[in-house]
Amino acid sequence: MSAEAHSGDYYIPNPSPWPIIGMVSLLVTLMGAALAMNGVGFGTYLVIGGLLLFAYLLYGWFRDVIGENLSDCYNKQVDTSFRMGMFWFIASEVFFFLSFFGALYYIRVIALPWLGGEGYLGPTNEFLYGGAFVPDWPSAGPAELGGGFTPMGPWGIPAINTLLLLSSGATITWAHWGLKVDNQKQLVWGLVATIILGLLFVGFQAYEYIHAYSALNLTLGTGAYGSTFYMLTGFHGFHVTMGAIMLMAILGRAMKSHFSAHNHFAFEAVAWYWHFVDVVWLGLFVFVYWL
Amino acid sequence: MIDHHIKYQQSCPTPADSSEASTGYLSKGIGGLALSISGLLAASSVHAEYGINFPEPAAGVAREIYNIHMLTMQITTVLLIIVFAFVFYSIYFHRKSRGFEADQNFHKSWFGQWSWVIVPVMVLGVDLTIAGKADAVLKKVWEVPKDEKLLDVKVTGHQWWWEYDYIDSGVKVESRYIPEEESGDLYLREVDNRLVLPTHTKIRFLHTSADVLHAFWVPELAVKKDAIPGYITETWAELDREGVFRGQCAELCGTWHSRMPIVVEAVSPERFAAWTEEQKALKLAALAEASVDKQWSMDELMERGKTLYDSKCAACHQITGLGLPPAFPALKGSPMMAGPIADHLDIVINGKPGTAMQAWGTLNDLEIAALVTYERNAWDNNTGDVVQPADVKQAR
Amino acid sequence: MSTTTLSHDEAHHHDAPKGWRRWLFSTNHKDIGTLYLLFALTMLFLGGASAMLIRMELFMPGIQLVDPDLYNNLVTNHALIMIFGAVMPAAAGLANWMIPMMIGAPDMALPRMNNLSFWILPAAATMLILSFVVPFFPGGGTQINTGWTLYPPLSVQVGMSMDFLIFAIHLLGISSVLASINIIVTLLNMRAPGMALMKMPMFCWTWLVTAFLLILVVPVLAGGVTMLLFDRHFGTSFFDAAGGGDPVLFQHLFWFFGHPEVYILLLPSIGVLSHVIPAFSRKPLFGYNSMVGSMLAVATIGMVVWAHHQYTIGMSMGAVTYFMIGTIIISIPVGLMIFNFIATMWRGSMTFETPMLFAIAIVLMFTFGGLSGVMLAVVPADMQYHDSMFVVAHFHYVLMPGAVFGLFAGVFYWLPKWTGHMYDERLGKIFFWTNVIGFNITFFPQHFLGLAGMPRRIIDYNVMFTEFNVISSVGAIIFGLSHLLLLYIVIKTIRGGKKAESRSWEGAKGLEWELDSPPAFHTWTVAPQVK
Ligand code: HEA
Ligand code: HEA
Ligand code: HEC
Ligand code: CUA
Ligand SMILES: [Cu+2]
Repeated sequence: MSAEAHSGDYYIPNPSPWPIIGMVSLLVTLMGAALAMNGVGFGTYLVIGGLLLFAYLLYGWFRDVIGENLSDCYNKQVDTSFRMGMFWFIASEVFFFLSFFGALYYIRVIALPWLGGEGYLGPTNEFLYGGAFVPDWPSAGPAELGGGFTPMGPWGIPAINTLLLLSSGATITWAHWGLKVDNQKQLVWGLVATIILGLLFVGFQAYEYIHAYSALNLTLGTGAYGSTFYMLTGFHGFHVTMGAIMLMAILGRAMKSHFSAHNHFAFEAVAWYWHFVDVVWLGLFVFVYWL
Repeated sequence: MIDHHIKYQQSCPTPADSSEASTGYLSKGIGGLALSISGLLAASSVHAEYGINFPEPAAGVAREIYNIHMLTMQITTVLLIIVFAFVFYSIYFHRKSRGFEADQNFHKSWFGQWSWVIVPVMVLGVDLTIAGKADAVLKKVWEVPKDEKLLDVKVTGHQWWWEYDYIDSGVKVESRYIPEEESGDLYLREVDNRLVLPTHTKIRFLHTSADVLHAFWVPELAVKKDAIPGYITETWAELDREGVFRGQCAELCGTWHSRMPIVVEAVSPERFAAWTEEQKALKLAALAEASVDKQWSMDELMERGKTLYDSKCAACHQITGLGLPPAFPALKGSPMMAGPIADHLDIVINGKPGTAMQAWGTLNDLEIAALVTYERNAWDNNTGDVVQPADVKQAR
Repeated sequence: MSTTTLSHDEAHHHDAPKGWRRWLFSTNHKDIGTLYLLFALTMLFLGGASAMLIRMELFMPGIQLVDPDLYNNLVTNHALIMIFGAVMPAAAGLANWMIPMMIGAPDMALPRMNNLSFWILPAAATMLILSFVVPFFPGGGTQINTGWTLYPPLSVQVGMSMDFLIFAIHLLGISSVLASINIIVTLLNMRAPGMALMKMPMFCWTWLVTAFLLILVVPVLAGGVTMLLFDRHFGTSFFDAAGGGDPVLFQHLFWFFGHPEVYILLLPSIGVLSHVIPAFSRKPLFGYNSMVGSMLAVATIGMVVWAHHQYTIGMSMGAVTYFMIGTIIISIPVGLMIFNFIATMWRGSMTFETPMLFAIAIVLMFTFGGLSGVMLAVVPADMQYHDSMFVVAHFHYVLMPGAVFGLFAGVFYWLPKWTGHMYDERLGKIFFWTNVIGFNITFFPQHFLGLAGMPRRIIDYNVMFTEFNVISSVGAIIFGLSHLLLLYIVIKTIRGGKKAESRSWEGAKGLEWELDSPPAFHTWTVAPQVK
């Protein structure tokens, strides 16, 4: 066994209370959610309490990590670990979204044609729906669950939202360029622009939902179309919101000059996440709104 | 055989009181243990026939499947023997206690170098043999023959009974399990109304479900297909001998999944035709009875109601009307029984979506009237209400 | 980078922290490994207890012990607890203990996250157990009578306990994904200098592949149960034909996860065998490269054959043919693994300590289970086997030898390293024999039951199925009781016994055997150089 210079310096954090707090917050939140969804009143309080605890956990955990980073505990290897970790986390998120895209694909390309009398389960239409069901997309199914509705076209708000998100991808890259040459001002303004674009996106989407519910009669209960529409756009919107919150945290740190041209993993992690959210949106725009 | 099944059809038996079975289970469990030990000793004499392989096929398709099953079983047995032989040879000869020195260079021999090609190629050979044979069978089994005169039978799974619709003749059969007291050794293998099918006729089964997934499985026919609510799946069979073939629901469908036997009675085409006529006549008679403009007396309705209730509703709500809360509500003492008749009729006719309570609207007016009257007066509900078929007609 | 000596905290190069904080707040891979293993053992007994109730109920025809919904609730819980509570955490426990020691790393790459992925498990177990008991409280709704596959529409009918279960699955998913990320990063980033990927110990390889599989398929299950949750409560119709959905869609999502999952259960045990068999044959693993290759092949092919669990849903002939051939083809890489094991024993100098006995039993019995898997893969024949007891026999033959016995082998192999004591070899052998014999008596007869026509997941059966069920239940009692011996051996070894040397087995190779038994709280603080 010969000694090798740097590996011995690997930083192992001290025992930490945050994981346990994380466990408790998740447990309380989900238990509360299960109860609340079944009309047990105090469930909602549990959810609120759990989420507050979770927020506290995020604050505390990241405070520790930032502190360690600033006091120079981390070496190159730790940095690589963080990067790889973030990469594989995003990979798992990709597959989470794939399950919903997969559902959309399955319903449109496989299930609906069967219901409409084509393909292997063709007799379905003849024997169960009297040959009457036409499987055009968008569809609320043979029973037209949720009643008549107007589908969401791509060229209004969705197109604007596409532009917003694409330009936010550009602004965050611009900020990154600034960071790489230690241009503090460019970094901060790039981040501010990205956050504003992100929030605008969320705002437009909220408006779109209200419009869909109130004017188009397009709801979660609108058969397969409503289900996939809200599930995909909803989970995406949730991720944009999370991403925007993360950006704000990064903005705060940038203003405190936490980042240097060489040491800014946190910034890059958030940037990757933001790009990932961006790419998912393009998928949504094409498959949910357009085609 | 036919007589036998008609007997069951008319005298609807009383299902076992299962709420009794679930209480006092400790003593029963211990008793059961003792019983089973003595049962084991006497077992062979009680029922000699117990299978260790598929039953004798009764359709061409089933025969093919039987053969491929035997083939793969033989192949795998041979493979297993080879693996065992090598392992045991090695265990016996290549052990330290026999002083065998490990051959540290075995993996560097030519065999060690090339085994990663040799082994996969050999396995691939076996795989392709199996797949090739399977594919040939699949071609015969999978697609329902087209352009032929088929007898269409729509098989609908319900929680927890089967409905068979002979689409061409309009005959409809409801098939339910028979409680142990009446079916004895055939318990869970016998039904009140069998699925009667002609031999030497291509039959197309159209599977669907009214509530959750079920699966129609009769080993002798080798058809197993899931019944999926809202979709139709197809299988087919051509029976080549007469006989009674028994199967069961093979997809978990909730509480009484174990009580969905399927009994196919294969008869000659002539007897099948006769049977069909008979069923049509029975149906007409029932319809005629229901539509006569008559005021039915409480006693008449109660009598009919009980028969219907015990066969159709008791699986969930129990003979005693106590249900199995929280899954199935008690009808005895339920506020609905004393409440407005309209609500009561509504839930029976339209069911309650998203629960196991299905719509019973396909029953005729008289039947529903009898059921509701019975429920409102049985088990000390004693509301004194009498519901007439006319009321039901109005409520629809 | 600047040097980091300044900021080094004193504590972590010294002794273990004391008291409850050591366990609750741990950032030490060995302690977290221990927690995982203890958790898994507890769950094995819980899942085993429900298995015993299942077998007691099936002892005789008729309904004796439990009511039908409770029976199915037990079956559901048995499967979920065994798979997610016992086997996966046990494998993760081995990974935590051994991977850093095997690759010469000071700890896992992300130690705090490591602790989080463990502690989410007790939370998930709480939700899982709540989902079992909630129906017994007033207003608790109906029991989960769906089996572990949770197929809708039945799972939409179930009361609120299903929501607890769905959230339990979310938690389990988060835990596995975090653990997998950690393992991948550790293996890719923390290897000692000189340890190229193709020199990595096989156990590490198996976990690398397993972790990839987990990251790719667990999120899909999470998505599937999320849709189920929405169908249950928010009016969506993913799985409802009336709205244009399809109940079968859920099956696709479930099995897209579920089939890779069986290889997730299998691979870590294959990894253990790749250490145990060479050690007790006193000769290197035969075919290291082909082992890695076949593992990658199993993972890749395993991702695209999921629908062999759904042959009866009504698929076109093209689709079933594809899934059939894909499934059968998996016998090639798995066969190569089995072959490599046999070739490792071949011309070795074998001794038969408990880990080796289990290893040999696995080679024989897993092959048996795998071969019945190939029978199931044949579509026309599966029209008969599907959802019968034959399937139950198949998967216990692959799950027990393929996963659980492998973990047993690993535990016996590494117990001396962990505790510093040798276990009682005589008791170990007794455990092995009762266990293996009990196992075969329990599950072998179920093949016959399935062929004779007995469906699975039924509480009550016709008298014609009595004989084999009685045999099976008697076997299960032997099998179940034998696990008490395991508990006894483990406790006894922890508390004392013959002192173990650092290289506890004559033929054991690898970095972990260069450390003391038991190893210091922090090991490899200076990375070893691998030639
Ligand atoms: C560790 C878990 C594990 C493993 C490793 C496997 C391995 C395999 N399984 Fe199994 N399986 C399960 C766990 C597992 N399974 C479970 C839990 C279920 C039921 C789930 C449920 O419904 O609840 C199931 C169900 C299941 C089904 C669905 C049955 C049905 O419901 O109708 C099928 C069908 O194809 C199948 C096939 C296979 C095959 C082909 C393999 C192959 O990987 C096996 C490969 C191994 C060998 C073949 C042996 C060694 C090879 C040789 C000696 C070489 C020579 C061999 C040949 C030439 C063939 N399995
Ligand atoms: C890794 C997974 C795993 C493991 C280890 C096991 C282990 C066992 N399983 Fe499991 N089983 C599954 C996974 C597993 N099973 C799955 C996925 C299903 C399908 C579920 C479904 O259909 O949805 C299933 C279904 C299943 C059934 C079918 C139920 C049905 O379809 O109706 C049966 C029946 O015999 C059974 C039996 C057993 C037995 C006897 C054991 C034994 O190995 C258990 C041995 C262990 C112990 C017993 C614990 C230790 C000892 C004690 C607790 C001491 C007390 C002992 C006594 C009182 C005797 N299992
Ligand atoms: C497969 C099981 C099942 C069968 C068979 C069944 N029911 Fe029900 N029934 C239910 C369930 C479940 C409910 C509770 C629905 C709910 O959640 O309100 C119910 C509710 C009812 C109610 C309302 C009870 C109350 O107090 O609210 C009536 C009345 C009723 N059923 C009548 C019948 C009749 C008549 C039949 C037979 C023709 C029948 N049921 C067959 C499952 C069943
Ligand atoms: Cu119907 Cu199981
Ligand atoms: Cu599989």
